Amino acid sequence: MSTSTTQAPLGPPAIALAPVGTVTLKINGVERQLQIAPWTTLLDALREYLDLTGTKKGCDHGQCGACTVLVDGKRINSCLTLAVMKEGADITTIEGLGTEEKLHPLQQAFIDHDAFQCGYCTPGQICSAAALLTEGKAKTTAEIRELMSGNICRCGAYTNIVAAIEEVLNTPKA
Amino acid sequence: MSTTNYIGKPTSRVEGPAKVTGAAKYAAEYNVPDLAYGYVVSSPIAKGKITKIHADEVRAIPGVLQVFSHENVPSLAWFDRSYKDDVAPGGSPFRPLQGAEVKYSQQPVAVVIAETFELARYAASLLRIDYDVAPHDTDLETKRDDGFEPGRGKTGWVPPPKPRGNPNEALKNAVHKVEGEYIHLTQHHNPMEMFASTVEWLGDKKLKIYDKTQGAFNSQQYVTKVFGLSKDDAQVISKYTGGGFGSGLRPQYQLFMAVLASLELKRSVRVSLTRQQMFSFGHRPHTLQYVELGTNADGTLAALHHHALHETSQFEDYTENVVNWSGMLYQCDNVKLTYQLAKLDVYTPQDMRAPGAATGSFALEIAMDEMAYAAGLDPLEFRLRNYAERDQNADKPFSSKKLRECYHEGAAKFGWDKRNPEPRSMRDGNMLVGWGMGGGVWDASIQKCAAKVTLTADGHLNVLSGANDIGTGTYTIITQIAAETLGLPLEAVTFTLGDTTLPEAPLQGGSWTAASVGNAVKETCDKLGEKLLKLAQKMAGSPLKDASYEDVQFVNGQIRLNADPTQAVVIRDVLPASGEKELTVENTMMPNPASQLTHSLHAHNAVFAEVKVDPELGTVHVTRVVNAVAAGRILNPKTARSQVLGSVVWGISMAMMEETVMDHGFGRYMNHNLSEYHVPVCADIHDIEVIFVEEEDDKVNPLGIKGLGEVGLLGVAAAIANAVYHATGKRIRNLPVSIDKLL
Amino acid sequence: MNSFTYTRATAVDAAVREKSADDGVKFIAGGTNLLDLMKENIERPTRLVDINTLPLTTIDSTPEGGLRLGALATNADTAWHPEVEKRYPLLSQAILAGASPQLRNMATDGGNLFQRTRCYYFYDLATPCNKREPGSGCSAIGGYNRIHAILGTSESCIATHPSDMCVALAALNATVRVTGKNGERTVQFADFHRLPEDQPQFDNTLAPDEIVTAIDLPNEDFSQNFSYLKLRDRTSYAFALVSVAAALQLEGNTIKEARLALGGVAHKPWRDSAAENLLKGQPATEETFRRAAAAVLQDAKGYGHNTFKIELAKRAIVRALKQAAEGTQHATEAFKNSNP
Repeated sequence: MSTSTTQAPLGPPAIALAPVGTVTLKINGVERQLQIAPWTTLLDALREYLDLTGTKKGCDHGQCGACTVLVDGKRINSCLTLAVMKEGADITTIEGLGTEEKLHPLQQAFIDHDAFQCGYCTPGQICSAAALLTEGKAKTTAEIRELMSGNICRCGAYTNIVAAIEEVLNTPKA
Repeated sequence: MSTTNYIGKPTSRVEGPAKVTGAAKYAAEYNVPDLAYGYVVSSPIAKGKITKIHADEVRAIPGVLQVFSHENVPSLAWFDRSYKDDVAPGGSPFRPLQGAEVKYSQQPVAVVIAETFELARYAASLLRIDYDVAPHDTDLETKRDDGFEPGRGKTGWVPPPKPRGNPNEALKNAVHKVEGEYIHLTQHHNPMEMFASTVEWLGDKKLKIYDKTQGAFNSQQYVTKVFGLSKDDAQVISKYTGGGFGSGLRPQYQLFMAVLASLELKRSVRVSLTRQQMFSFGHRPHTLQYVELGTNADGTLAALHHHALHETSQFEDYTENVVNWSGMLYQCDNVKLTYQLAKLDVYTPQDMRAPGAATGSFALEIAMDEMAYAAGLDPLEFRLRNYAERDQNADKPFSSKKLRECYHEGAAKFGWDKRNPEPRSMRDGNMLVGWGMGGGVWDASIQKCAAKVTLTADGHLNVLSGANDIGTGTYTIITQIAAETLGLPLEAVTFTLGDTTLPEAPLQGGSWTAASVGNAVKETCDKLGEKLLKLAQKMAGSPLKDASYEDVQFVNGQIRLNADPTQAVVIRDVLPASGEKELTVENTMMPNPASQLTHSLHAHNAVFAEVKVDPELGTVHVTRVVNAVAAGRILNPKTARSQVLGSVVWGISMAMMEETVMDHGFGRYMNHNLSEYHVPVCADIHDIEVIFVEEEDDKVNPLGIKGLGEVGLLGVAAAIANAVYHATGKRIRNLPVSIDKLL
Repeated sequence: MNSFTYTRATAVDAAVREKSADDGVKFIAGGTNLLDLMKENIERPTRLVDINTLPLTTIDSTPEGGLRLGALATNADTAWHPEVEKRYPLLSQAILAGASPQLRNMATDGGNLFQRTRCYYFYDLATPCNKREPGSGCSAIGGYNRIHAILGTSESCIATHPSDMCVALAALNATVRVTGKNGERTVQFADFHRLPEDQPQFDNTLAPDEIVTAIDLPNEDFSQNFSYLKLRDRTSYAFALVSVAAALQLEGNTIKEARLALGGVAHKPWRDSAAENLLKGQPATEETFRRAAAAVLQDAKGYGHNTFKIELAKRAIVRALKQAAEGTQHATEAFKNSNP
C-alpha cells in the first residue's frame, strides 16, 4: 500500500519580500547601524550582521538561554525578539561585560570555579548571572539555582556555576 | 619548591578568558566575506520515495542561490568506503542528497542556499516535495524475536566473550535468584552548540572548513574522499566545540552540504542545523536488556546472564559494548553474555557518552541491588564479596584497579554505614529518603598520536597537535604536561589544536584524548629536551657537560643536575647561545602494545546517591551524589572534577528525565526540542562530591592516565534508581524514573 | 519564518483598526510565543504590529479596590510587584513557576493569555493537527499524549493550555478588559478561553480584531491561604504536567470561600466551581479535600500516556488545598513550592 503526501503545502511564495531597512541598535554603549529586514532576530543581528558572536544560538526557540543578553539592564532571550523591536534600547552582550584584559568579576569567578566546560552556554550564563545580581531576588543557594534555571548547561557545570555566582554575590563591592 | 610542576595541580582552563568573554569562536562564528547560508529541509515521512521536488518555485525567489537535492547533486564518490569515517559501523553509510529514497523521518532531503540566513530559512519552508509513502517499522518492542548478532562492528567494538562455566546449571542451583528486564528509550546528545559548518571558498576549489566536530581529521578525510579533494585543499578547523558527548564523532550532514554548496556555487557557505534537526542523526539506541543473577549461600555470585537488544538503522549495524562489562566487573565463574541488534527505519545510532557501558551498567547495577536484597546483603557488602581481582573476560590481571578504595572512600564520605536497608524506612520530614549505589568499569584506551613542539629563542614553547577540546580540558592539561616536561612556566607554553594542518591526533572520544595527546606531547617534549640538553652542553662553562638526559631535570626555567640542582642552565639562554632561532621536534607516539597484551587496562568508579521522594506526589529530587573514581593519574583535579560533575549530571538526567519518544504511527520523534526533551536545569542539581582515588599505574601508559570523560557516568542512573527503590519500595527498571511511574 | 512587514502601533483604537482591516496582521508584544511559532511556520503573519509602544504597562489600583494589570506589564514586573506580592501572592507564585527569568522579563500579561498549546503535533508540520489545520485530524489521540488533556477534551483535540499565570487568574476570578471595533468590553476570565469542541483552532472567545488592554483582579483577599503547586518533569523551566491553584478563606477551620483551578489538564485553565461549592462550609480537612478532588476529576478521561494525570491531579489538589489551609506558602519564599 502506498500513499502520497506533499511537504510544505504552505501556498505560493510571497511575491515581494519585506524590504531591508536601516535599524540602529545601541550595543555595549556604541550605536550600530545595520541593514536588515524585520524578520531578523536580535540574536541573528548580533551574530550574523554585527559579528558579535559571543552571544550563542543553542536552540533559537527560547528553550536554552544561550542567547541571553541584557536589554535596558534586563536579561532576555535574544532569539525571541526582533532586532527592529529593540531600536533605542540599551543592549549589553557578553562582549560588553568585560574583556580578556579586564574581566568582569563574574567572568573571573567562572574561570576560578571552572564553571564551564565546552564554553558554549557560558556567555549566556554570565549575562544571566549579571542580571540576577542586579535583580536582587536571589539570596539563598536554592534561589540562585531556581533563578539560573533559564540557562541550560549540557556539560553539567551547574554546581560550579552556582559557586561562582555565590562568590560574587557574597563579595562586598569595593 | 618547584613551581613548574603542574601535573596533578588544579589549574584554571587556559582558554577560560576566551570562553567567558565570548572571544572563543565556534564553527558557525567565522563571518567570512560574501557568505551564503544554507537551510536544510528534513523529511516529514519515515519511509518512502521522493517523487518530485518543486525546486524551481523556490529558486525563483530573488536571493535564493540554489536548491540542492538528489535531483541535482553532481556525481560524487561511488564506493561506500569513501563515505566511511573513522568510527563508521559496518554497512553502507547514509549519503545525504544522493537518492530519492527516504530511510528515516527527518532525513535531510534538500538544502536551500540563499544570500541570508533568514531567506534560506523562508525559502526552505516553501519547498514543496512530493513523496510516495511506504510503511515503516520503528518499534523495537516488535523486534524482540528478530534480533541478530552483528558481524563486524565499528572500531572499538568487541563481541561478547564466549560463555564461561555453566551458567544455566549454576542458575538452576543458585540459592537466590533475580531476573528482570531493563529498558530505556532513545536518547540524544544535544550538545549546546548545534551542528554547523562554515566553508570558506578560497578560490580554485580550495576550502577552509570550520566544522563542529570531535575530530578535524575525521571531517577532512570524509570531505576529501567524498568530493575528491586533496588534503591541501580541504583544511578543517575546529578550535572550539560547544559540546560533543559523541555526537561529533561522525561528520554530520551539514558538513557535506556546506562543502557541496561551496564547491558548486564557488563561494563561502554556512550550513547550521536547527535544534529540531539535532534529533535527526545518531543517538543512544533504544535498548532492551535482560539480566538474570543467582547467588550461592555465602553471597557470592553463582551465575550471571546479561542480554541486550538495541536498534540500528536499515543501512548500518551500529554496535557498542553493552554486556561485556558485566563479565568483568564482578567475580563470577558462570557467565553468559549475549548481544543483538534489530534493524528499524531510524538513523544509525551513535556513540553517546560512555556508549554501551552507561546502558549496560544501568541494568547490571540495578540487578545487583535486587540481588543484594534477595540475598539479604547490604548492596556494598554484596559488591565487596564479589570483587573481581582479575579480568575474567580477558583472563588477565588489571594493570591497576582501586575499585575497592572507591567503594570504601565513597561510602565513608557518603555515610553509607548509617543506611537502614529497609525500604521506606528513612525520612526527612514528610519526604521519603533513599540511598542507593552503583558503579562501573570503562576502558583505559590510547591511540596513536602525533605532536610537534617548537621552542623559540625567547623561551616560548609552541605545542601543536590536531586534537580537539570539546570541553574536556585538553587545552589545559596538554599545556600543563608540556610546561612541566620542559620546566617552563604555563604562560610560556601555547598549545594549538583543532586544525588539520597540525600533526594528526585521534578523534576526541573513548576517553583516550588525555592519554593519547598527553603521552604524545610528553614524548615529543622529552625529545626536544634531549636536543636542548645537547645544545646546553655546548654552552661555555656548561655545568651539564657530561650529563645524560636522565641525569637532569627541567624545572623552573632551568635544566639542572639531579645530583646538584644548583648546577643549572637557564633554558631561555640556550638557544641564543647556540645561535639557533628555534628548536623543533615532530614525533608520532605509538601506543605500547605490550601492556595491552599482558594486562587489562580499565578505570572504575563507585557512586552513592541520595534521593528524596514525595510519597504522595511521586516527585523525586536527587539531593546528594558521591562519585569515587579510580582513573589513574589525575592531571588536573580542577578540570577532572568538572568532568565527573558533568557525568553525574548526565547520570541524573538519564535516570530522571531523558528520553526521545517516537510516535510509531509516524515513525517520528515527537519531543524533538529542548522544551520537551528534558535535560537538567540548575535547580535539578544539588550536592555532588567527586573523589579521585589514588591510583598509580606504570603499565597503562607512560603518564599513567586512564581518561575521565565517561567513567563518571557509569552506575549513576542505577544508583539513583536503587535509591528510589530504597525510598519507596518501587523497583523502576524502565528509565526515566518519571513521576507517573511512582504514583 | 515567512516574510512580513513591521509597524509600531500608535494607539489602541488604531491598532484595532489595523487588525480588523487585514487578517494578516498579528500584534507582537513580548514575542516569546509568536516568534517561536513563526520560526516553526505555524504562525505566518504578513504584518506585525508592535504594540509595545502602547501605554499599557502600568499596574494600578482599580476604583473598586482591586488591581489592574496593564496588558503590557511584563510577567516579571507583575510577579515581583509589591501590591501583587502582598495582595495576590498566588498570582506571583504562579507566574514565577512558569518559564524562565529571561522569558518572564519579555512575556507580557496580555500575551500570556494568548499562549498556544505545547502539543507536540501542533508544533510539528509533519503531522496532522486540527488546531493548526482544521479538519486534518488529531494525532495526539492514539499517539503520544503524555502531556495532553484529561478534562474537557473533544474528538478533535486534546491539547492543553500551557500557562501557569492563567491558572491563578482563573482562580482569582479575574476580568479581562478588551477593546475591539465596537469599543471596550470586559470578559470574565472563565469565559476568556474555550474548550476545543469541534473548533480547536480557536483558543479563546475574542473576536479576531480585539485587543486585551488590561486584566483586573477583584478586591478579594486570598493572600493568606493559597497554594500554587506545579508538577513537572524537571524542577524548573518546564511546562506543567498538572498544576493547581488553590485559595481559601477560612473562619477557624471552616472554609468560607474556596477557589480551585488546574493547569496542564485541559484546553483552558480548568476552574471547577462545583468543587469549590463542595468545599464551602466544610471543615478544612483532608477528607473534604479528597471529596473536592474526586469531584474535579469525576469526568476525566485518559488517553493512554496521560492517564496518570487523573490520579496525579487528585493528589495535587489535595496537597494544594492542604497547603492553602495551612497557610504555608509565602510570597517571600517564591520557589519553595515550585516542585515539592
